[in-house]
Amino acid sequence: MANVSMTVNGRSVSGQCEDRTLLVQFIRENLGLTGTHVGCDTSQCGACVVHVDGKAVKSCTMLAAQADGSEVVTIEGLASGGELHPVQAAFREHHGLQCGFCTPGMIMSAVDMIQRHGGRLDEKTVRQELEGNICRCTGYHNIVKAVLDAASKMGDGTKVAAE
Amino acid sequence: MYATNYHRASSVEDAVKLASSNDEAKYLSGGQTLLPTMKQRLAAPSDLVDLRHVSDMKGISVSGGSIRIGAATTHAEVAKSSEIASACPGLAHLAAHIGDPHVRHMGTIGGSIANNDPAADYPAGLVALNATIVTNKRSIGADDFFTGMFDTALEDGELIVAVEIKAPSKSGYAKFPNPASRYAMTGVFVAKHGDGSVRVAVTGAGSDGVFRQADMEQALASDFSAGAIDGVTVDDSELMSDIHASSAYRANLVKVMAKRAVAAAG
Amino acid sequence: MGMEGIGARVARKEDKRFITGKGRYTDDMVVPGMKHAHFIRSPHAHAKIKSIDTSAAEKMPGVIGILNGAQLAEDAIGNIICGWMIHSKDGTPMNMGAWRPLAQDTVRYVGDAVAIVVADSKTQARDAAEAVVVDYETLPVVTSAIEALKDGAPQLHPEAKNNLIFDWEIGDSAATDAAIASAAHVTEMKVINNRLVPNPMEPRAALGVYDEGEDHYTLWTTSQNPHVARLVLSAFYNVAPENKLRVIAPDVGGGFGSKIYIYPEEIVCLWASKRTGVPVKWNSDRTEAFLTDAHGRDHVSTVKMAFDADNRITGFKVDTIANLGAYMSLFSSSVPTYLYATLLSGQYNIPNIHANVRTVYTNTVPVDAYRGAGRPEATYLVERTMETAARELGVSPAELRKTNFVREFPHQTPVIMCYDAGDFEASLNAAMDASDYAGFAARKEEAKSRGKLRGIGMSCYIEACGIAPSAAVGSLGAGVGLWESAEVRVNAVGTVEVLTGSHSHGQGHETTFAQLVADRFGVGIDTVSIVHGDTDKVQMGMGTYGSRSGAVGMSAVVKALDKVEIKAKKLAAHLLEADESDIVIENGELKVAGTDKSVPWFQMALAAYTAHNMPEGMEPGLKEGAFYDPSNFTFPAGCYICEVEVDPETGKTEIIQFVAADDFGKIINPMIVEGQVHGGVAQGIGQALLEGTHYDAETGQLLTASYMDYTMPRADDLPSFQISTTETACPSNPLGIKGCGEAGAIGSPPALINAITDAIGNNDLTMPATPQRVWAALGSAK
Ligand SMILES: Cc1cc2nc3c(=O)[nH]c(=O)nc-3n(C[C@H](O)[C@H](O)[C@H](O)COP(=O)(O)OP(=O)(O)OC[C@H]3O[C@@H](n4cnc5c(N)ncnc54)[C@H](O)[C@@H]3O)c2cc1C
Ligand code: FES
Ligand code: FES
Repeated sequence: MANVSMTVNGRSVSGQCEDRTLLVQFIRENLGLTGTHVGCDTSQCGACVVHVDGKAVKSCTMLAAQADGSEVVTIEGLASGGELHPVQAAFREHHGLQCGFCTPGMIMSAVDMIQRHGGRLDEKTVRQELEGNICRCTGYHNIVKAVLDAASKMGDGTKVAAE
Repeated sequence: MYATNYHRASSVEDAVKLASSNDEAKYLSGGQTLLPTMKQRLAAPSDLVDLRHVSDMKGISVSGGSIRIGAATTHAEVAKSSEIASACPGLAHLAAHIGDPHVRHMGTIGGSIANNDPAADYPAGLVALNATIVTNKRSIGADDFFTGMFDTALEDGELIVAVEIKAPSKSGYAKFPNPASRYAMTGVFVAKHGDGSVRVAVTGAGSDGVFRQADMEQALASDFSAGAIDGVTVDDSELMSDIHASSAYRANLVKVMAKRAVAAAG
Repeated sequence: MGMEGIGARVARKEDKRFITGKGRYTDDMVVPGMKHAHFIRSPHAHAKIKSIDTSAAEKMPGVIGILNGAQLAEDAIGNIICGWMIHSKDGTPMNMGAWRPLAQDTVRYVGDAVAIVVADSKTQARDAAEAVVVDYETLPVVTSAIEALKDGAPQLHPEAKNNLIFDWEIGDSAATDAAIASAAHVTEMKVINNRLVPNPMEPRAALGVYDEGEDHYTLWTTSQNPHVARLVLSAFYNVAPENKLRVIAPDVGGGFGSKIYIYPEEIVCLWASKRTGVPVKWNSDRTEAFLTDAHGRDHVSTVKMAFDADNRITGFKVDTIANLGAYMSLFSSSVPTYLYATLLSGQYNIPNIHANVRTVYTNTVPVDAYRGAGRPEATYLVERTMETAARELGVSPAELRKTNFVREFPHQTPVIMCYDAGDFEASLNAAMDASDYAGFAARKEEAKSRGKLRGIGMSCYIEACGIAPSAAVGSLGAGVGLWESAEVRVNAVGTVEVLTGSHSHGQGHETTFAQLVADRFGVGIDTVSIVHGDTDKVQMGMGTYGSRSGAVGMSAVVKALDKVEIKAKKLAAHLLEADESDIVIENGELKVAGTDKSVPWFQMALAAYTAHNMPEGMEPGLKEGAFYDPSNFTFPAGCYICEVEVDPETGKTEIIQFVAADDFGKIINPMIVEGQVHGGVAQGIGQALLEGTHYDAETGQLLTASYMDYTMPRADDLPSFQISTTETACPSNPLGIKGCGEAGAIGSPPALINAITDAIGNNDLTMPATPQRVWAALGSAK
């Protein structure tokens, strides 16, 4: 049994779980944050993407114990004070979601992508950067549009990662 | 996943000690290969020794043409390192094309080469670059390190600490991804070294893992241009054949990717 | 159109919860005392079960119960049925073998469920499952339908000799043969329509809860049609009578057909909840989904198309073998028959058509409807053949199509369908303009200078949606009616609830259905709630598939709205002391036309519920229901043009441009319609370029059972799409809607393959056109 503590969406949480517990299980089952989804068993679909210490990772491919002491942000923690994150707003505005199942992972990946690339994103880059996120509904067209729009709106405010 | 015990190592010594406490223990680096395998119940280590907090195993240093990459350095760190990009652009390109951004945030060079997946990218890079793999016990040349599909020269409990590379004068990598998994269906790394020799290493295609393509090395040593490979015939008898690519198709890809790698190397 | 009415590009109401992680899917549900299930599945494609030993597993930590097929039989749980009867051409009914929810004697595909383990946690259930010892005696395996039909092939079901389920035909064989015999030109082809795995991103899940006190069952499930689930669970599977069974399909993460059917797991979880006395939850992992979700397509056909000297089609003869897998799934028999062969006339005037279809059992996952269901298979045949014929005849693909287009409506085809409206040339012209078809030759030259092979291909599709009149489908063998129901409840404060039997799993009904109300009553869509997916709330419904929610589901809402409007106007006329016929509804008010007399919508609603002042004889309240049964199918149609570049060195295809010009009739929300086209086209491109399903012929193992080997379309496989619509209203329903959910998947595969074969100059190419296949077709194999 592992005792894990971490900060999730700004709140300190701790809990006991088997050492084999995946971060996604801890988030969904121990914390009841069911916005993070599981869409595959081979670490390929990205439905489970969360941010750990500021980086997008697949929470199905990390143990809860590995995240002990980390800062975790899930889809539930993205909007602040009732105001949607610009990426969330852009997904709605551009119809970047249909069934919504891939959406939390898509949005978390998009936020991470924009943080790394800032305003320099173009369509080709967005498509390549989405390699780890599978959507079966949208054909990606509107997801790409949403990410580009959010990136341009966030452009000035975003720090471009140091080279 | 079967039950396991998690340990977090704080230093190289600590890691080796923790791992030696149980026969069935395994190092856990980025977890991007080990955890998917465990989830599918194809591996059942009794203990996992987490290397992500061993600071001695992390980071990149480049000085006077010598590159050292800590084993726990992530693919993302190698891909965006400006030092690597100038000292060995082929390697930065390779790292940037492993998996997806999330995998690159976690997966490490040490984990990749210890695993030696026949479709992994790094083995081609390290063989072509004639890298040295530094473990807690010794240094091993890349040619000797990769001993076959999913097989390396590592002994039980031996820990990769770093990878050392002499910056080549030219380097290029071209990858043709498997359409489904996006691992290399064929990837070719070409490096021209300071002494004028050329190494060409192929991943994703060989039925026994990464291999060197001697005919191409010879041809390129005398004329480092894509055209120099035109006359080389790739023997497909030792190449993999599966639902995605026959050995004949892979043989074609080896040649095409080699030419593109040479072109990329400039 | 108002800001939020019919035709408005309104952002979706449901998005709010999905983008904040507040969607509620079946696997998110937690009920007190809930336990977890793991299914033990056959590792063999064909075997006899000799024994099941659970003794060791029962002692494992957390185990509550392990149940198998014998116990299921003890409780008289029924066989899984196919709900559409097809008769062979000799008049005999289809040969349906038994499908037990938990296999009892024989397993027939890898993944066939054998037993269920219920335990405190999922991992414990899986741990215990590994300790169950099932002794199998393996039997010979057949995975190809063609092989399965041969004498001496392994036999799956005693009911189906030579594995033949039925041998069915449609059309006039002799007349078609005569047309071919006297033709000026005949184009012949062999065409394979590859097997696909639907892969909605949410894996299936089920939570069965038996309440002993009430002797009542509740099932949360990933279903496209919870009412149909309840119907068959009670009427056929004998789990519980309808009044004792509540089925809830909450947020569902995509379906594409695969979540229409009632699977073994849903039956078994409900039943196991009673047997074990605990709520039982199961959720599929992805590999399980590959092994158990109904697959799609898998046809092999030969075709002959006859032309006269003026390039007019005189006859079309088709012979198809369809692989239905190990068991007959719910609608499996209708897909390669009435959903397929009735569309073989395409957009063309073809006087003689004959199709023969044989369906076959094999040791593979059952095959059923997947986005498009039969129509993609028909379209692929027709449009590949047309393109090939154009090449053979030396005329342009557009010219050959124009020569043969149906131009007068209604048009009766020789294969049942009566096309009600359309303008095929309009969509062809729109697509050709949008793709700058005329400039292609120059672009091809330019590509050549870069060492790339450029090709262009088109596809003119027509499909049939809103599968319709119940009496008609009944006469063709359907076991259910295909109407839809709706109820509109106006609350006392004027807010509106619409209850619908349609089900949204990505289609955006909460928005588009609300738009109908906004349009009618001038109220904001935020004051309208759409209620669906719960059999305790909505009395009955047929669910969502076959692009039927618009044409059928919305039509039912319109009928109910009509009734509400009549009563509301009557009441308003009474309140305003005016004549009923002078009342108009505008901007949330009921007005006397041409005066300034009005009553706000909410006040009228309140009056309906206070009932203090109502017209003589009017009942209090404002709530109306309607059932809508369409008078015909609807016929979306359009033209897709695809332009590709092939890298001759690697065989890799890049899609340079994809143009869609669709005629969906009237459109409620263009943003959502565009999204449906994008998604459909992506799945069609997936079929044509990426998605191959491979079985090992010897062992029957599915070789492509994860995303490591099954190529899902990713963002960088696809271009941005250029889409547009032309409109001919559909005369068969009140809104003039045709349906848009499947067109993209139906029309796109032939456009892509026509483009690639054009680029490489070799017409012999099988889907998916993987780099390896294209490279081989280029003939560069050494
Ligand atoms: C979706 C996906 C896509 C991928 N695509 C690619 C791709 O395109 N190309 C590619 O090359 N790879 C790909 N990978 C694999 C990825 O690069 C892995 O990160 C890598 O192979 C393993 O590194 P890791 O740090 O995650 O190792 P882990 O998974 O932690 O470990 C792998 C193995 O190495 C051992 N090990 C780890 N570190 C050490 C050490 N320092 N010394 C000794 N033994 C050690 C472990 O015990 C284990 O046996 C992909 C992975 C995923 C999930
Ligand atoms: S669930 Fe994590 S990648 Fe699919
Ligand atoms: S919106 Fe359904 S999978 Fe992406």
